[in-house]
This record gives sequence, C-alpha cells and structure tokens, in this order.
Amino acid sequence: MALVKNNLVVKDSWVKVDDEGDLPAGDILVSLTRWTEDRDALLARKGQVGVCLKSDENPEQILQDLSFFQVIALEFPAFTDGRAYSYARLLRERHGYKDELRAVGNVLRDQVLLMHRCGFDAFEIKAPDEKALQIWLDAQKEMTTFYQPTGDGRKTVMSLRQRKRMARGAS
Amino acid sequence: MYKYDDYDQQLVDERIEQFRDQVNRRLSGELSEEEFRPLRLMNGVYLQLHAYMLRVAIPYGTMNSAQMRQFAYIARNYDKGYGHFTTRQNIQFNWPKLVDLPDILTELSKVQMHAIQTSGNCIRNTTTDQYAGASFDELEDPRPWCEIIRQWSTMHPEFTYLPRKFKMAVTGAPNDRAAVAIHDIGLRIRRDEQGELGFEVMVGGGLGRTPMIGKTICEFLPKEDLLSYLEAILRVYNQFGRRDNKYKARIKILVHEIGAEKFAELVEKEWEEIRDSALHLPAEEIEEISAHFTPPPFDVLPALSSSFSEKVGQDEKFAYWVQNNVREHKQQGYAIVNISLKPIGGIPGDISHAQMDVVADLADQFSFGEIRSTHEQNLVLAHVKRDDLYAVWLKLDEYGLATPNSGLITDLIACPGLDYCALANSRSIPLAQRISERFGELDRQHEIGKVQVKISGCINACTHHHVGHIGILGVDKKGQEFYQITLGGRADENAKIGKIVGAGLSTDEVVDAVETLINTYLGLRESKEETFLDAFNRVGETPFKEALYGAR
Repeated sequence: MALVKNNLVVKDSWVKVDDEGDLPAGDILVSLTRWTEDRDALLARKGQVGVCLKSDENPEQILQDLSFFQVIALEFPAFTDGRAYSYARLLRERHGYKDELRAVGNVLRDQVLLMHRCGFDAFEIKAPDEKALQIWLDAQKEMTTFYQPTGDGRKTVMSLRQRKRMARGAS
Repeated sequence: MYKYDDYDQQLVDERIEQFRDQVNRRLSGELSEEEFRPLRLMNGVYLQLHAYMLRVAIPYGTMNSAQMRQFAYIARNYDKGYGHFTTRQNIQFNWPKLVDLPDILTELSKVQMHAIQTSGNCIRNTTTDQYAGASFDELEDPRPWCEIIRQWSTMHPEFTYLPRKFKMAVTGAPNDRAAVAIHDIGLRIRRDEQGELGFEVMVGGGLGRTPMIGKTICEFLPKEDLLSYLEAILRVYNQFGRRDNKYKARIKILVHEIGAEKFAELVEKEWEEIRDSALHLPAEEIEEISAHFTPPPFDVLPALSSSFSEKVGQDEKFAYWVQNNVREHKQQGYAIVNISLKPIGGIPGDISHAQMDVVADLADQFSFGEIRSTHEQNLVLAHVKRDDLYAVWLKLDEYGLATPNSGLITDLIACPGLDYCALANSRSIPLAQRISERFGELDRQHEIGKVQVKISGCINACTHHHVGHIGILGVDKKGQEFYQITLGGRADENAKIGKIVGAGLSTDEVVDAVETLINTYLGLRESKEETFLDAFNRVGETPFKEALYGAR
C-alpha cells in the first residue's frame, strides 16, 4: 500500500492500533471503539492520534473531538458504499475539520476525483510502481467541468456562467 | 429546447474519453468483468442475455430531429437496424459491440446526447410530462427544472454511489402524466396562496417488490431552493438508506421505516444548513435556462380549420386516428400528435431506423423540429397545425406509425423481458403481442375504451405494472412462466397500487383471462362513458375475481 497526499507518495508514519493491547509510541490511528473506550489514555500520550471510521460509523459521534485528531480515516469497505462521501463533505464544509482526511479501503482510481471533490486529501492506494502511481494521478485530471458546488474550491459551471453574464453586462 | 453551452459539451466529451479508457482497460484484460461492471453501468451499458445493451438518456423525453436521425444512424451502423424506447423516456440499443461503444458515444455527443447515469446506483434521467409546453392544463413548463436537475445531478461527487438507483419526475400540470407519485422524488409545480409558483415535494414512491406511493414532505418549496432541498434529501438518504439488503435499499424503505414525518424532519434540519449556500439558484441562472424553453413561434390561426374538418369527414381512417391519437393544444389551431409505437402484434416501443428518419422529417416539417418520447413507449409531435394533421397522418400511416390506439387496450406497455433482460423471470414481448392481436380489431378497441395494460417480466416492475389498470407480472414457478394479475392501479394524480386478483395464470391462460376481465367490464359498466377503471372502482374486485376463478 502507498499513501498519496498532495499528489505525492509520502511515508505513512501512522501506526494502526488494535482495539486491545498496549499503545505504542508515535502517531497512531485507532478505531472509534478504542477512541470511545480509551479516550483519556489516548489524550495523555505524547504522540498524535487519528481515528478510523467504518462506513456505518457516522462522524456525528466524534464532532466534539475533532480538534484532537490530526488524521481522520474514512473507510470504503467496497467502493460502491458511498456513505463516506457525505461524511467527508460534512466534516470539511460544516464542521471545519482542517487536518488530514484519508480514504482507506477499496480506494480505486475511478473514484478518486469524486473523493477529492468531497474533501479527501490523502488516499491509501495500491500503487506498486511509479507508472501505476502516475496513472492514478492522471485519473484525477480526467474531468475538468463540474456542476456542483462543494468545498473543494473548483469553479462550478454555474459560477463560470455568472461571470460570463457579468462580463456581457459590463461590455 | 435546451442547447448545450461549451461547459455542457466539454463535460460530455471528457466523460466519453474517461469511458473509452475504461473500455480499453476491460478489452486489454486489465479490468475483470466484475470490476468493469459498475463502471459500465454508470454509463448506461448493461450486459444482457445475448449482448451488451446501451441505454441513451433522452433528458426529460425531449429531443430534436438531428438527435433522432443520429439514433437512426446508430441503429443502422452499430445495431440491427432498430432501437427501443423505454418507460423512462430513454432509448436502448440492444446489440452494440463493446469495442464500438466509445465511438457510439462520440456520435451521440455530436448531437448533444449521452448515456451518463442511465444506470447504476446514482441519480437517473429526470422524467416529465410528454406534453410539456403544449398542454392547456399546465401551470408552467417543467422542463427548465428538469434541466436544472440534470446539471446538478450529473456526476455529483457525493451521490454517485447511493444505496440504490434514484429516479425523479416533475409535472407542471395538475393532471399528472409523469407518474410523479411513484418516483423516489416526485415534484409537482403548484401555486401557494400568494399565487407564487413552487414545488410540492414527494418522496419514497416506487414499485418493485414493495410498491409504495410517495409521501408529501414539503407542501410548497420556493423555486430558488430546489437544489438545496434536493441535496438535503439525497444527503439524508446517502447516509441513512439501508445498504445491507439490495431489496430494501431504495429511499421508499427508509421513508417507510422511520416514517415520513421523521424523514421530513431530518431533511428540514439538513436543508436549513445549506439553504443559503451556493446551491441557492440565482434568478439569472433560472432565466438563462428557462430561455431555452420559450414557446416556439406559433402562427396565429383561426379556431376552426375547414380543410381539417373536410378531411375528417372524408377519410374514416384519418378520423379514427384523430379521435384517438390527437390531443388538444394550448395554442389555437395547433394539436398534439401521439405517434403509436404499438402496431397490432408488434413489439411495444420498438422503432426501425427508417421510421426514426421519417419521424425526424415530420418534426422538421410540421413541429418545429422537436420530438418527445413518452413513458408509454410512444412518441409525440407536440406542436402540429391542425391543417397539417392530414399530411402528417398520411406519412405516419405509410410507415406503420399511425395505429389509432393511443390509450386503448393495445397501447400496451411491456418490458423487454426474458427475450433480452438478464433479470427477467418470464417473457413479456410475446404476451404483449398476443394480447395486441386478440384485441386488434379497431371497433372492438373503441367499444372497450380507455384501459391501460402493463406487463413486467419480473418484480423490478419496469413497466409499473402495479399502477396499470390491468397489471401483469411474470413470475417463475419451478421453471414455468406464470402471470399474476393486478387490477385497479393508476399512476396519475390519484395514484394507487393495484390489487392482486388471485393465483398466477399460465402462459396459455393469461390472454383469455384478460379477455374475461374485459368482457366482465363490458357486461357491468353503466354506460360507454364509464371506463374500465371507473367501473372497477365502483364495483370492486369481486365480479372480476369470480369471472376469473369462479365463485367461492
């Protein structure tokens, strides 16, 4: 597995921790269960903490805790399970979550652009070599025209039309 | 009608290249059929029993003559010379080769057509009244709103992997010809007390295994809030719709399980958050899109046309056709023409490439170049001068397109069934053909009057058999085809699910059974004006049941 962030392969310094057993040093990713059960112990540690949510775990449950997380990983158990697209937009656009939002699980090139549009900025993918990675990056550029306003900052068709209308009006 | 601007065209072109790459990856073996499946589905490509099938979107059932000619071209060059209009106003090609699909899509894009989201668990083509912009009873043309929805829903990043497919319909008239109550979202344009136009919003209608009529969750939605409200509904559904069971994944199950009131509350809460976001529709944007749908330049014509009346008097065949297939138009001197794709003994909805070209020519010559497809699998020329009706009829008749059976018993709706479809349990087309032949005699059809027969080859209910006056559902019992009959359904503004009348009937029995039902109706109706549905509603199912199964 490779971690892609800002279109670069980066080293994944985060260790995924089981629901039981000792907490290792360094930056760790825990499940919602572990977070709920060991919240105090996790906060008392030195390293950073991130949480990994399954697709049936709605982020509503962690809204009070967002400031503690440097990573939130949302799982796609199958790419056809699209709940995390809504979760991602809500975390970013409504609840102001600014740190890493990572897509994990069945993350494929044909959905990565949609994920990015919804606010994901890190992707755990199978990219064994440079060529595979490049294909995957190119997939994000296949579409350049977007109708829907999301928090991704891409210009929508409606806003472009509005700009045209204004230009017409001015001339 | 709507014309793409550069942005619309660019999106479609980009999407084709994206799909071409996906097809190439499949052809090279990089993608397995399993991995390719959801990708092709998102672009309207099904794998049927014998071949791939391509479903092309006809947004809200409106197309122009150039688009129809392009369908003819594709049917000739990439298929077996014909196409099939579906119950959702789209067109299907049954025999394309996988390797040709990207090229077919390129041909379509040249006339501003595509196959985006005609399948898959995403927002599908929005459907509407086939008489939009022509009917005298409409408050407003619903098509600008359909187009606004089309754009918003096209490749929506959040709603492309929903729990299940999602269908919307809009009507601008109180007489609902778009069956909005049996859609995931149904929108009805209405006036509030101040006289402002807005939408009544219904959710959770649908058929299939669990047929349900949609519930109104918003009595009056201001127009400019349409997209934010839709986004709120979809967001609630995407998060909370069931994903554990394919048969319980439609929004109707969610609405049913938590209750319409609770669902409305969740939507309302979500909507409050996004109501004033960038989804709020600026008046100029609404105007710009509406401008594409301004009425065509009608001539000012007298109320009475002597040449038309003369022809009706002279030619009985023409008179029959006018009586059945021609509807009143809002503009004086004009008429709405229904083109029947239901020749006696034919396959409902099928049309040859030569017929497509003829329809395109007629549209150019007599109806401002515009054509509609209908939920009933027919076509419409929406704006024909009464003086031109005879010329139109002559041409249609020459090409087998003037069967005068609009709304009559042989205007059957049937799905492709086991002759094509991988999901079907039984054949639909041969049954439709047999019923059509049994009742083919014109005087008899007229005697019977308005009645709607809908045949689905499986419980997915593509033809909406639950809401047919007579619904027929094909089921498989130990390898044998059986047909279950429902009565009294309707899809209009008084939408209602039909009642199952009794045990399933064999292939040999079912046509006789339909005849028995019809004869029962003829025997008990109070007058010729009392339709099959009216009579059924008056007397209930018992006389029909007894006629079919004997008194018990």
